Amino acid sequence: MFANTNSQRKDAMVAKNAKEDWVMKLFRVVQCHHLCAFVLTTFFLAQSTVATAAPDIQHWQTRNGVRVFFVSAAELPIVDVRVVFAAGSARDDGKPGLAQLSNGLLSEGADGLDADAIAQRFEGLGAQFGSGIDRDMAWLSLRSLSDTKLATPALELLAKLLRHPDFPAQAFDRERQRMLIALQEQEEKPEQIAENAFYKALYGNHPYATPPEGTVDSLKALARADVQGFHKQYYVAHNALIAIVGALDRKGAEQLAETVAGNLPEGAAAPALPVVKDLATAQDIRKQHPSTQTHIYVGQPGMARGDADYFALYVANHVLGGSGLVSRLSDEIREKRGLSYSVYSYFFPMAQKGPFLMGLQTRNDQADEAQRLLRETLAKYLAEGPDDKELTAAKRNITGGFPLRIDSNSKILEYLSVIGYYHLPLDYLDTFSKNIEAITREQAHAAFKQRVQTDKLVSVRVGGP
Amino acid sequence: MPRILGLAVLLLLAVTAHAETSTHEYKLDNGMKLIVREDHRAPVVISQVWYKIGSNYEHDGITGVSHALEHMMFKGTQAHPSGEFSRIIAENGGRENAFTGRDYTAYYQELEKSRLPVSFELEADRMRNLLLPPAEFAKEIKVVMEERRLRTEDDPQSLTYEQFLAAAFLSSPNRIPVIGWMDDLENLHVTDVHDWYQLWYSPNNATLVVVGDVQPEAVYALAKRYFGPLKAESLPPSKPRNEVPQLGQRRITVKVPAQLPYLIMGYKTPVLRTVSEPWEAYALEVLTGILDGGQSARLPSRLVRGAQVAAEVDAGYDLYDRLDNLLLLDGTPTQGHSIADLEKALRAEVQQLREAPVSSAELERVKAQVVANAVYQRDSIFYQAMQLGRVETVGLDWRVVDEYPERIRAVTAAQVQQVAKKYLIDDGLTVAELVPLPIDPKHPPRSSAGGHGDVR
Repeated sequence: MFANTNSQRKDAMVAKNAKEDWVMKLFRVVQCHHLCAFVLTTFFLAQSTVATAAPDIQHWQTRNGVRVFFVSAAELPIVDVRVVFAAGSARDDGKPGLAQLSNGLLSEGADGLDADAIAQRFEGLGAQFGSGIDRDMAWLSLRSLSDTKLATPALELLAKLLRHPDFPAQAFDRERQRMLIALQEQEEKPEQIAENAFYKALYGNHPYATPPEGTVDSLKALARADVQGFHKQYYVAHNALIAIVGALDRKGAEQLAETVAGNLPEGAAAPALPVVKDLATAQDIRKQHPSTQTHIYVGQPGMARGDADYFALYVANHVLGGSGLVSRLSDEIREKRGLSYSVYSYFFPMAQKGPFLMGLQTRNDQADEAQRLLRETLAKYLAEGPDDKELTAAKRNITGGFPLRIDSNSKILEYLSVIGYYHLPLDYLDTFSKNIEAITREQAHAAFKQRVQTDKLVSVRVGGP
Repeated sequence: MPRILGLAVLLLLAVTAHAETSTHEYKLDNGMKLIVREDHRAPVVISQVWYKIGSNYEHDGITGVSHALEHMMFKGTQAHPSGEFSRIIAENGGRENAFTGRDYTAYYQELEKSRLPVSFELEADRMRNLLLPPAEFAKEIKVVMEERRLRTEDDPQSLTYEQFLAAAFLSSPNRIPVIGWMDDLENLHVTDVHDWYQLWYSPNNATLVVVGDVQPEAVYALAKRYFGPLKAESLPPSKPRNEVPQLGQRRITVKVPAQLPYLIMGYKTPVLRTVSEPWEAYALEVLTGILDGGQSARLPSRLVRGAQVAAEVDAGYDLYDRLDNLLLLDGTPTQGHSIADLEKALRAEVQQLREAPVSSAELERVKAQVVANAVYQRDSIFYQAMQLGRVETVGLDWRVVDEYPERIRAVTAAQVQQVAKKYLIDDGLTVAELVPLPIDPKHPPRSSAGGHGDVR
């Protein structure tokens, strides 16, 4: 199911103001049957359709060329806005951590207001401000009550953050220091060590190779001018989109878009990222860590957004390890043998080929057995593909659950961001189920076999002896 | 301040026009409670079954049994053998999961609205007819132990938190980790789980919560059809299990391989269910908001940005717990600052709350956020169901959820100071400090209770 994919997705994201909400606080004293889906951000675009009509997406551009994606939702007196830039860590350009630091500093000072004044203004209006990055994109988001007397001042402040950040020197030093401490904390976590090693092995010299959180050496070498330059180059109209969902009409949304992004300089879209090279050989990476479990990641570059085989691969992976407890991997490793709490596989499509990844974690002395089973299950699946029953079940799950994908404003906002960012067709949601239904057993099998090369897999193991 | 007060009024006006929720309550003849909230924004429904059972009902030797049982609930009945539950929900396009806390064990499915009977049929079946095959238990308890390794053994801060709770509480079951001690998990027997199931899983110990695009009367009829035939059981008498009075400050250190030091401070506090004056619980909520309700709150403003003594810092309090609990402060110091510095800074914040009333600007900001959040929360049917189920399960009325913003709005600066003086006192304080040991890749942590698991 969704949960596993999302937890990985969460790892790949860095959000600044990720204050725990009520449910997240519960997490500390709650144990779930499988990974708690509800505490994790669902930015991942995995979708489908049934009889439900997909939301009516309206699209236009602001005067300065920011692409706007809007869905009107009148039921709740709320408006959600997310401004997205091609300014993720893939743009770090040899300075890992730059994209994140730049993004995080936007709320630390703007137009003479300091961080306290900014936070006081947003929070006094009852508005929720957020920001974050992943490898592809950077965003700022705002949730406000839709009453214009509350929403407008919050949106004007958001515009200020985007257009006139001050990047105060003191805040620069402090936030960089906090990122260095966060890196130290990552070194406590075997899953994080494994993830960083996995991306490095998969992507070599490609900009996806480095962690969005940066590296110690890189962070120490960053200067305030780097951040200012980064903002000037990437936080511009032609490199931006704005997604809006909420209780307003087209005219109100047009005004909103102009208020937030209308005064961004036009600038230029970021150039396309280099194509990801396929791996030449298999790699086996092992790192020692004094943990009781070994974390295992196995995979290779998978697919990009808009890939011709997207739907075939989506269905194929669903059967292998994309559907929670009912997948083949979960059945072999968790249900039949009790070796792991969480075992999964996913394709994570990005602007260029994102990873295909199989993952699990198990007691150190079971690592060999678990890894063998992971490989055997994959080999068997590559040889035979999904059977008819599995294919039908997968399609039913994906399409039958379609209404759940778009049942809240925040979920729709995330779809708009992804559809806009990756230039997916506006009828993407309308046609998704049809596209899933059309996949045959042979297509799913062939696409998967063609995509996953067992002789060129990267394996990462981090754990104790 | 007029500008801010003006905003508060605006917020209220913006919200009250939409504040009405349509929530309905029913009771089946067998004692099972049903709460239905209508939300017609999308053709979906969430169904949750909440049992009044969790780690706070457990005793030494079988800790973790509630959570282990939750795992076993997916292992089959006569009518639906192991794995069928998840398979059927998946084929119906559903998402499902289950979770165990101190006061509850809950199971849920999110579905397209016409599939609600699928959920009811399966949940009613496993409420009474679980098979608990020993062979399945033998595998599943291993999964649970892996879960414990993942979440606790290999996470220095979680490990610290677990030991902190065991130090803060002597007689209250709050000292028990939800997932259970590793030693108890290793020695848990399927008959323990079976007995626990027999004792607690009955319709009169359950609350069914349904939120979504549904008609309440139709849901009631459906609930009667599937859950109505189940027999009520006599439940064990509830024991209060109150914590013995704390007679002075407590302090522990936890030494584990780690990169960063970490501090937890907890003050004994009552909760809404136990407090004699309900306003005290809401004042403690506001107090927590003053410290950590957003980026403008005192801890991020003063400790992270101002004094730069903390890299991370949080305050937490939960008024909906069933038993008296803690107001928590936790954090990581910045480079160049020690745990002692961080503790000193946090104590200074506590002292200020005791000595001076909070400013009206701060108070209004906390209230503005609470009022707005009450609207934002309605964007998620899952969240709405969670709140309703949780308060009902700890013995409060679901209406407290709707009353919450009003109650918070009524809190005064004097009341915040009053609860600070009454509860944030040294004699009710427990402090835990994580002392990092060098990370030596060759040697697993000696202190890990999981060590036993590793050699077996």
